[in-house]
Amino acid sequence: MSVVVDISHRLGDFGIDARFESAGHLTALFGPSGSGKTTLINLIAGLIRPDKGRIAIDGRVLVDTASGIFVPKHRRRIGMVFQDARLFPHMSVASNLRYGRWFTPTAERYADFNAVVDLLGIGPLLERRPAKLSGGEKQRVAIGRALLASPKLLLMDEPLASLDDARKAEILPYIERLRDETKLPIVYVSHSIAEVARLASDVVVLAQGKVAAAGPTAAIMQRLDLLPAEERGEGGAVLDTAVLRHDKTFGMSVLGSAAGEIRVPLLAMTVGAPVRIRIRARDVMIATEQPTGLSALNILPGTIVAIAPGEGPAVEVGIDCNGATILARITEQSRQALKLRLGRKVFAVIKTVSFDRANTGAGLPSEADG
Amino acid sequence: MNWLLDLTADEWNAVRLSIKVATVAMLFSLPPGILIALVLARGKFWGKTLLNGLVHLPLILPPVVTGYLLLLTFGRRGPAGAFLAEHFGIVFSFRWTGAALACGIMGFPLMVRAIRLSIEAVDRRIEAAAGTLGANPLLVFATITLPLILPGLIAGAILSFAKAMGEFGATITFVSNIPNETQTLPSAIYTFTQVPGGDEGALRLTLISIVISMAALVASEVLARRVGRRIDIE
Repeated sequence: MSVVVDISHRLGDFGIDARFESAGHLTALFGPSGSGKTTLINLIAGLIRPDKGRIAIDGRVLVDTASGIFVPKHRRRIGMVFQDARLFPHMSVASNLRYGRWFTPTAERYADFNAVVDLLGIGPLLERRPAKLSGGEKQRVAIGRALLASPKLLLMDEPLASLDDARKAEILPYIERLRDETKLPIVYVSHSIAEVARLASDVVVLAQGKVAAAGPTAAIMQRLDLLPAEERGEGGAVLDTAVLRHDKTFGMSVLGSAAGEIRVPLLAMTVGAPVRIRIRARDVMIATEQPTGLSALNILPGTIVAIAPGEGPAVEVGIDCNGATILARITEQSRQALKLRLGRKVFAVIKTVSFDRANTGAGLPSEADG
Repeated sequence: MNWLLDLTADEWNAVRLSIKVATVAMLFSLPPGILIALVLARGKFWGKTLLNGLVHLPLILPPVVTGYLLLLTFGRRGPAGAFLAEHFGIVFSFRWTGAALACGIMGFPLMVRAIRLSIEAVDRRIEAAAGTLGANPLLVFATITLPLILPGLIAGAILSFAKAMGEFGATITFVSNIPNETQTLPSAIYTFTQVPGGDEGALRLTLISIVISMAALVASEVLARRVGRRIDIE
C-alpha cells in the first residue's frame, strides 16, 4: 500500500504545497494547528478539489489535475473519521454503522459487522441514538461506521482532539488494535506528540502548508527542532521494545530494547508482547560515570553522537545506546561542567516513574517482528 | 349541534371542495417547493435575489393582482393556459384545478420559507460524512438531508394547506365563484354575506372553517413533535 500526494492548493491567504509518499502502516500527519493537516486530509478524502496536483493510492489515481481526473468522494472508498464524529442524528447507532455497507459493492465488502462491533466494544450501544452517547463512544461508533464501508484507506482527522484525557485513554487502545489487527492503511492527523509517538509507523511533519520532514517515527521524534517550542520537551526517543518479564513484587515490567533493559510501571501485557515507549528528552539525565546510590533504575550506557543547541538554557544531547538513540535535554551549564562532547562515553539515566500511559503503548507488531 | 351539522348540499360541497383544493395545492407545491428552497438555501448564482423576490411576490402583492395575473397567463387565452389545454388537456380557468393552482401559488412563499430555513439548519458536514461512506449526492439528499428537514417540510406543508383553506382573493379573481366547481369555503361564506338571511349559513361555515384549520394545526404540531423526537438532535 502506498499513498502518493503532490498537491498545491490555495485557501484565501493560506496556501498548501505538500508532497509526500508513504508506504507506512499508520502514517501520521503531524504539525501545529494551521499547518494544513486537515486541508491535506480533506484533499485526500475528496472533500476539497485541489488547484493543482496529483493524489494516488496504491497506483489508483484519485486526482490528477493535469489530465483532468477527479474521483468524487463517494467513489473513492476512503473511510474518514472526523474530529467531531459527525454521526447521523436521525439514525440509531446500528443504522449509522450499516450506512456505508449499502453503497459498497458486495464483492468488496470485507468488513464484518460483528467483528468491528467487538473490536471497538460498541455492542451495548447499538440501539441508542447518537445524542445519547458520550464523546468517546461517539468517536468509537464513527470509527466503526468508517470501517464497515470496507474502505481501502482510513483517514482520521484528530479523532481524539475534542476529548478529555480519560476519553483519550479509552480510545487509544482501540486505535492500536485497529492498526495491529487489520491490514487497513491509516493516515492519522494529529498535533499531539504523545499520540503520534504512540501510534505512528511513519510521520509526515507539516509546517505552514509545507512538508518539513517525513520518515519513520523514531527518526522524526528525535528531531526536536521539528517540534513546536512549547512541546519540545515532549519529544524524544521512540523505542520499540518487547516485554521480557513482569516483576510483580515491585509492580514493574521489564522491557527488552536494543539499548538494554528498561523498567517501567507494570503493564497489562503478556510476556513477549511488543511495547512502544517514548522517552521524553526532558526525562533523561546524563552521568559521566556509572552512577551509584541513585534511585533511578534505568541506566543505559552509550556514546554521545549529537549535541544541538535547544532554546533558552537547554542543549539537546543524542546518546547512541547500542544502536538506539536516546535524546537528553540538559542545561548548557551542565554540559560544560561535565565536559560533554561528541564521542564521549556516558550513561543515560531514566526514572521508571517517568513512564506513564501517555508514553507507553502497544507496539507495532510488524516493526517488532522485523 | 344539529343546527351546525345540518348543511345543505351546496355547503357540503364547499367544505369538500375546500379540503380537496387545499390538499392538491399542498401536495403539488411540495416538490417544486423543496427544489426552490434547496436552490435558495444552497445555490450560488446570479439572479438569486430575483428568484427569491419572485417566490415572495404572492405574499406582498394584493391577492387580486395575483389572481388577475393567473387569469392572464393560465386563462383559456393566456399563453400557458392555451398551451396546457392544447397539449395536455389541463384546463385551469373556472375549474377547481384553477382554484388549486391559485391556492398553491399563494401558499408557495410560506412553504418555501419554512423548508428553506430547515435546509439552512442542516449541518453540511454530516452530508459530507455520508459522501465519504459512498453515498452519491442524490442518495445523501434522500437518506440524510430529507429526514433531517422533515419537521420543516411538515411545517411548510401545513402552512400551505392553511393558506389554501383561507385563500379568497386570488381564487375568486381567477376562477370565480361557481358552486360545486370553484366555490370554496371562503367564497361560500362571502356569498352568504351577500344575500339576505344568509347570516346563519355564513356562521355555520365560519365555524367549520375554524375547526378544520385548528385540526390541521394540531395535527402538524403532533406530527412535528413525533418526528422531532425521532431525530433527536443534540
